[in-house]
Amino acid sequence: MSAATKPRVNAASTAARGWVVAHRYLILRRLSQTVFLGLFLIGPWFGIWWVKGNLAGSMTLEVLPLTDPLVLIQSLLAGHWPALTALIGALIVGLGYALIGGRVYCAWVCPINPVTDAAHWLHQRLGLAKGWQPKRGTRLWVLGMVLGVSAATGTIAWELVNPISMLHRGLIFGIGFAWAWVLAVFAFDVLVSRRGWCGHLCPVGAFCGLLGSASLLRVSAAGRAACDDCMECFAVCPEPHVIGPALRGSGSAPALILSPDCTNCGRCIDVCAPDVFRFTHRFNRRTGETSAPQSPAHTRSGASRAA
Amino acid sequence: MSAATRIPNAIDRRRFLQDAARAVAGCAVAGMFLGQLARQARALPAEALRPPGALPEPEFLAACLRCGLCVRDCPYGTLSLARAGVDGAAVGTPFFTARDVPCEMCDDIPCVLACPSGALDPGLTAIDDARMGVAVLVDQQHCLNALGLRCDVCYRVCPAIDAAITLEQSHNARTGHHAVFMPTVHAEACTGCGKCEKSCVLPEAAIKVLPTRLARVAAADHYRLGWEEQERAGAPLVEGIIDLPDRVPDLAPTAGAGGFAPLFQLPEAGQ
Repeated sequence: MSAATKPRVNAASTAARGWVVAHRYLILRRLSQTVFLGLFLIGPWFGIWWVKGNLAGSMTLEVLPLTDPLVLIQSLLAGHWPALTALIGALIVGLGYALIGGRVYCAWVCPINPVTDAAHWLHQRLGLAKGWQPKRGTRLWVLGMVLGVSAATGTIAWELVNPISMLHRGLIFGIGFAWAWVLAVFAFDVLVSRRGWCGHLCPVGAFCGLLGSASLLRVSAAGRAACDDCMECFAVCPEPHVIGPALRGSGSAPALILSPDCTNCGRCIDVCAPDVFRFTHRFNRRTGETSAPQSPAHTRSGASRAA
Repeated sequence: MSAATRIPNAIDRRRFLQDAARAVAGCAVAGMFLGQLARQARALPAEALRPPGALPEPEFLAACLRCGLCVRDCPYGTLSLARAGVDGAAVGTPFFTARDVPCEMCDDIPCVLACPSGALDPGLTAIDDARMGVAVLVDQQHCLNALGLRCDVCYRVCPAIDAAITLEQSHNARTGHHAVFMPTVHAEACTGCGKCEKSCVLPEAAIKVLPTRLARVAAADHYRLGWEEQERAGAPLVEGIIDLPDRVPDLAPTAGAGGFAPLFQLPEAGQ
């Protein structure tokens, strides 16, 4: 394999383990995103009202209320004490994401994720430069700004511009010109800033990160001894800075990815032919084990691409 | 993470301050735009009516989650969520347009029951207490009843007939021998459901539901209505006031005895 023909990301894993295994978490994520959107759509489309509402607030089977905790916090800051149903709903959602990882929302539920993933795919195909890359912490400042504006104006400010709810609510209740917001995010990610929206600016993602900073479900580079330095996980990860400490740590340093920025998307598990990564819980500190014996094919393909 | 292991020095401090200043400046600019949007969002168009029990508009925008559960539980498809750039209400918030689909005033008020946040006040338990707006007969020159016909549709469809809308009889000066039955709204009984506006037979409704802020005024604080004060006190407010006789000109004036004789009599006495 010559250096001129850059191999497609995930080629080695696909060759070694088959397409389905090398894309299993991608398939599951797209399935999950479809299911979460579909549950809301089968009501208005087919009259099957299992779930009513949208991601900001919903009622499932007339018993389970769910509320977006960030919307509720803005409402509180704007000076409204919400009714009990909304509080219970936000508590359920908040506890759920605190347990499985706040940014699981970003990778597995958020309807903007397929948009920015598509933008990233196009960005890579066009071979564009990464463009404007504000610091990862910028989204925390944006989150602070949103909460500040909510308090200052007495409105749920972010919902006036939030492309996530614009798209999700739009698909369910009528979109108007909200598609322009979605298009803007897509164009921003393709042309202005690589992984710019989800990775650097979105305050919802920032909030989710804070929410899940002590979450139980974690990805671990438990098999890091088998890493062949092919760098595919760094290439495919939407938040590549989270991998380093876990993968490059040595000896007794835990192989867990503990950064709240990790979206638990499982891309690294998909692309890794030597099977370094796996889902585990945050108290699993074992390292150095490899689940499957290494076949020479993995090492060879990895080494040739690294060269 | 790496910053913690490094020894902080002047360069790091400068870098940190620069980054913080940049973020603050960027967020200040973005925040100004967002704040401006939030201010503009309060300008609810007059045709857009909020569901029953909606808090006053500023409080409503602080409370409504934009979840659409009220929309889903409205059995008549009255409510919809405002679409970006199409409907005038703040994006994602529920509203209805009376001329399209008015509120049918369900007894159990399912929209209020569905609201998880309290943006639709759960304290509203009787739909007759809802105040979504106030009907106003905005064009008395084209209202058929005002012209002397017996259209009466707005009056007949009013769920609070004879309380919120009455027909006030008066002389029809045009024909000279008919009556005008003027539809008259009594704001204290009007829920603003919009059925009158929906059913007005004219191409454009002559009776419209307006937001209360446009349709009603508050009495001036310093005004006291003497007859109300007297009724409340149960007695004249000033003791010992002398009630002088009302001086009414006699119909057939006679000179003397307190009458008013005209100083000058026209040659032809008449009207």
